[in-house]
Amino acid sequence: MAPASTITPIGPDVADRYLSLVGDGDEQGATALVAALLDNDVPAQRIIVDLIALTQRRVGELWAANEWSVAREHAATAVGERALAAVAVRTTTAPSRGRIALACVDGEWHGLPARMLAELLRLDGWRVDYLGASVPGRHLITHLHQTGPDAVALSCMIPTRLPRAHAAITACRAAGVPVIAGGRGFGPGGRYAERLGAQAWAATGEEAVARLSTDWPPRHVIDLAMPDDEFFLGDEEYTHLVRSRPQLIATALERLPAAYPGAHHYDEAQLEATAEDLGHIADFLAAALYVHQQQIFTDFVGWTSSVLRSRGVPPIALRIGLGLVRDQLIDFPAATAMLDDALGTLA
Amino acid sequence: MTASTPAIGTAPAPAPALLHAVLEAASEAMLLCTTADDVVVLANAAARRLMPGAHPGRQAGTPLPESADSFHAEHEGRQLYGMRRDLGDGHYAWFLQDHTAERERTAALEVERSRTAFLAEAGRRLSASLHVRRCVRTTVELASAHLADAAVVVLPAHRRQSTWTRLLPGLAVEEGTLREPKLAEVPGLAEALGGFPPIPSRWLDPSQAPEWLVPAGFGPVGALLVVPLPGNAEPAGALILIRRGPDSGFSREDEVLARVFAARAGAAISAAVLYREQVDTTAVLQAGLLPPELPEPDGFELAGSYQAARDTVRIGGDFYDVFGPAGSSTDTVIALGDVCGTGPEAAVLTGKIRQTLRALRLVEAGPEAMLKVLNEALLQSGRPPRFVTMVLGSVNRIDHGRVRIELASGGHPAPLVLRSDGTVEEVPTSGTLIGVLPHTVVRPATVELAPGELCLLYSDGLTEARGGPAATEQYGEARLRQALATCGGMPGAAALERIRQLVSDWVRGGQSDDIAMLAVRAPDRTPLSLRGGGAPTPSPYVVAARRGDRRPRNRS
Repeated sequence: MAPASTITPIGPDVADRYLSLVGDGDEQGATALVAALLDNDVPAQRIIVDLIALTQRRVGELWAANEWSVAREHAATAVGERALAAVAVRTTTAPSRGRIALACVDGEWHGLPARMLAELLRLDGWRVDYLGASVPGRHLITHLHQTGPDAVALSCMIPTRLPRAHAAITACRAAGVPVIAGGRGFGPGGRYAERLGAQAWAATGEEAVARLSTDWPPRHVIDLAMPDDEFFLGDEEYTHLVRSRPQLIATALERLPAAYPGAHHYDEAQLEATAEDLGHIADFLAAALYVHQQQIFTDFVGWTSSVLRSRGVPPIALRIGLGLVRDQLIDFPAATAMLDDALGTLA
Repeated sequence: MTASTPAIGTAPAPAPALLHAVLEAASEAMLLCTTADDVVVLANAAARRLMPGAHPGRQAGTPLPESADSFHAEHEGRQLYGMRRDLGDGHYAWFLQDHTAERERTAALEVERSRTAFLAEAGRRLSASLHVRRCVRTTVELASAHLADAAVVVLPAHRRQSTWTRLLPGLAVEEGTLREPKLAEVPGLAEALGGFPPIPSRWLDPSQAPEWLVPAGFGPVGALLVVPLPGNAEPAGALILIRRGPDSGFSREDEVLARVFAARAGAAISAAVLYREQVDTTAVLQAGLLPPELPEPDGFELAGSYQAARDTVRIGGDFYDVFGPAGSSTDTVIALGDVCGTGPEAAVLTGKIRQTLRALRLVEAGPEAMLKVLNEALLQSGRPPRFVTMVLGSVNRIDHGRVRIELASGGHPAPLVLRSDGTVEEVPTSGTLIGVLPHTVVRPATVELAPGELCLLYSDGLTEARGGPAATEQYGEARLRQALATCGGMPGAAALERIRQLVSDWVRGGQSDDIAMLAVRAPDRTPLSLRGGGAPTPSPYVVAARRGDRRPRNRS
């Protein structure tokens, strides 16, 4: 393909080179490459979106496919952050818009997407306060009272954080600050964001910048009606599941050897890993119950089974795990239906 | 009335004069008219009062409609309601009622209702924020929507500058500052900001409103009302309400409502001012107690992480600090400690300890000597017994990219070292608590880091974090060692972030103690000036044994 026909000035050769640099944890190399692109008049936005963000997605895929270790993925992310910082120090934009606070939901540790959005907004003329990964709700609200921003951008990459995201959005609304939600955690097309009371949702950083550049802020956030079905969020099945989580996992572990004879010989580390896996099942199920969305749980089960497959774990393990949880929730129709549905997709 | 009722007893039919008297005495207004030509046959006293023109023999005219069975109309200054009844025999009657008082009551009630709704909305919106600027903006938005055509809030002058916020019809909120003497140009403003009761609007000359207050495009100012926004001891500001057009004005009720609103807005703004003052003070005090920005020394990497216990201020009893080369000493001193207790009291003590260490570092004491002097200093401070556990280290770069750290511990968890083969070792240093016993025992130790190796100092908030599947189990040193073992090849900051993340997942939002971590890492390799040329540097991951990483982790 002729270079002239590509929309982005960043070609695949550059992207590959950058990927190998971050994959080697080569901070100097990565920042030098980014600096060279800037020197060649590649817009900072394109570097952030087409190079750093796209590479980060590839890194995630490489990890999920078991091609990269966790350590390598983390090192690559750390280098990505440094490269982003290098873009930031080399570009200046005079603030011409309002002030915005950016935070990852409590418990959400994927800070790089939010940090990239922070830079994109800064380049668009916003005054940005990036509060970091995993911001406790109280710290976020304190910040709102101290700085009085025109908007909060809330990032959530994992659906299990949705109940906390809901609490944060509700508190922001009560403080009179509108929320734009972002990240895959809010579901396909951001469909859970509106349910949880966010005023807007954006799939990507660039979308968020575009959404915030017009018709913002909405007026009188406090007086906006909450979504009709907000009342149903966090119903009794959800509450039960969250409360009984420790018991649920303990019982499942107890019954595991009967269901899966191989577990008789599990060592400490294997038992712990299994407990953690059961915990994930409980957490995703709880999130799905919270927003009444089967999709959350089905997606989790599909994704987990592909991750396990790439690591040579037989699919029966996941089926057994789901079954052990299901057996303890027979009195809870919504939870049982979700588990059955997910088990159906595994067949 | 065609049904005939059989007479009971022998009462005589009343005489026409008596019937007439009864009609005259009735409080309801009655008009008897002919169906054929709408001529009034009879109008009782009440009817004549409501419709002075209704006389027998005259046409039944306004406000009676020709072809309706009921009507509402204003007549001679009254609100009339009428009902028409066909009586048969070529006649019909109008029964009229005076609804003037009722209408007035309803109207008053509606006004009252809209005021209540307005004040409720004001209360809700004003109480939402503790931020001064937002409170002021909300005030002008509410005032211009409900009380006037335009609203301006002027805050008391600070260093002879006053901030104003204005909302004109059809425009966005504007903000600006103003020199103090200009305030006197608005009639009544100086008085309002001086804490005097509001001057009635009719005493304020709207033509005196200066150009900076209302731009020419606004139109002629018809009426002006300046209300103080009550605050703590002194006004929080003043609200200026402006109505345009020659006939506009503020009624007494308007002024009362404006004052009630101003009381709420003033309370919200002054609360926000108080909050800001406290926040500013706290920020100044906190700044010295927060973890420091880490230097970027040549030859090794430093990374720190600090997380105060949930639901407290951002400072606590854990701390770390780094002191760069000073005087003739070329080493970098690192310190990480844990004062007993949490929250501000503990944080204040950490500030003193850090200052003491900084001074000791200047007299070139080694880690062991520093701990002993600190112990005496704490014992002599005479305060209620406060102790601290701490690790001190002196970091030096040695040959071949290696790093040497001399460590001394005072009752603190021993640092861990991540070797390049993935094993995790404990540094064999130990000692007694600092600030309890007159004589401390300190056993120092020295570790050397090869390129890529990392030494982690941490506080026990990390290993004692409770969570896990059972929600009550401590994270523990074994898990910490396992977590650290997976950090091979990561930059120091990434390793700390990973551990922080794993512990956060472990406690699932229930963190109850401060967690501090400080890492020293020898870089993988020295930066090559031949980058882009020369021989490619081998990837550390080619060498590193790939660990099977089975467990599904949260999506990334």
